[in-house]
Amino acid sequence: MDDNINIKVTDREGVEHNLEAPLGMGLNLMEVCRSYELPVEGICGGMALCASCHMYVESDHKLPEPSEDEEDMLDQAFFVEDNSRLGCQIRVSPDIDGIEIKLAPVS
Amino acid sequence: MIKTDILIIGAGPVGLFTVFEAGLLKLKCHLVDALGQPGGQLTEIYPKKPIYDIPGYPSILAGELVDNLLEQIAPFKPGFTLGERAEKLDKVGEKMYRVTTNRGTQIEAPVIAIAGGLGCFEPRKPPIEGIEDYEDKGIDYIIRDPSVYKGKKLLIAGGGDSALDWTILLSDIADEVTLIHRRKSFRGALDSVEKVMQLAKDKKVNLITEAQAIGLNGNGVLKEVVVKQKEMGEFAQEVDNFIPLFGLSPKLGPIGEWGLNIDKNAIVVDTRDYSTGIPGIYAIGDINTYPGKLKLILCGFHEGTLMAQSAFKYIYPDQKLSFKYTTVAGVNGFEE
Repeated sequence: MDDNINIKVTDREGVEHNLEAPLGMGLNLMEVCRSYELPVEGICGGMALCASCHMYVESDHKLPEPSEDEEDMLDQAFFVEDNSRLGCQIRVSPDIDGIEIKLAPVS
Repeated sequence: MIKTDILIIGAGPVGLFTVFEAGLLKLKCHLVDALGQPGGQLTEIYPKKPIYDIPGYPSILAGELVDNLLEQIAPFKPGFTLGERAEKLDKVGEKMYRVTTNRGTQIEAPVIAIAGGLGCFEPRKPPIEGIEDYEDKGIDYIIRDPSVYKGKKLLIAGGGDSALDWTILLSDIADEVTLIHRRKSFRGALDSVEKVMQLAKDKKVNLITEAQAIGLNGNGVLKEVVVKQKEMGEFAQEVDNFIPLFGLSPKLGPIGEWGLNIDKNAIVVDTRDYSTGIPGIYAIGDINTYPGKLKLILCGFHEGTLMAQSAFKYIYPDQKLSFKYTTVAGVNGFEE
């Protein structure tokens, strides 16, 4: 009956936000953050074309490897770490329930 | 001095289609865009991506949509000032504005339609402390004349086509070229990647992967870039020029200082006609905001259409505007 998953987001001020995201709507982490009015721009709308939803995955959830497009875009971002991802490329699914992410600094 | 009826800032899809709707009302348009070609994001960011929500097209590539729009507005002979950024807005008369670009081009029109999308595309600047101090004093984001690097020690950063292409070209001109990149593999054309690898093997290019620039040293003029590499740690690389090539990102730019009502990087408009509150100035497409706003090309077309009607009434308050369907009246351009 539980159609939501939990996501913990640490914003750029270090404040933690516990979000609930519905399954089955095809959302991604960029969209979830935006719907909670967290400061994630998502300029390109989720095409992995702008890196404005750059975030760090802090928990050890197993995620699908980033696509070539996503890696290409991370090449144009700054403050990139090993756990850097584009939020728009991470789909809300039962596999990521409890995921902890941190927003990357804006550049 | 260029004179027109509607000066459209931004030659993206919405700016382009507005030429058509204005043309039906016999209003002439001139477009200004910071990019070198029309189409905005569609041409710059995703020309090969299909768009599925353009009415009448189950699927159309972004680049094709721009080509079609250019064909559609051709009868109305719009003017274009491309590769220039609208910089300054002056009111020069009752119902007359003058916009000056960063290259000094001046355009006068009674109506300004801001269709600037996400803003102007500008080079992405690495967030290194004090980087602004060295701009044009050793740091270049854009290469205008490669010959100025003759005999120089260069550090290029980036992993895309432009970083690769410039590395190849400048390896022939400069004294020493170092290319640093965040990861081991490069995107960009396979041919260019292979060439850079070969140049690195031949010791013509110093290639450092899994590395990022993190600091700058110099006294007014750039002397060293501090590089952090995964295994080697931090070291200072002696350079004459540092060329970061991280693509372009949009910024609202000078329009933000034109006294318009701005909310979260967007211009607040009245949905009756997408006017800004300053008489004769409108904002359409992704750059505006209003309750229920959706950033869709489709919505921008609608906004440009209503805006053109309002612009006509603003320019010619005494003339009656009778609305005609194109199926009845056809599309009459401006005859020579």
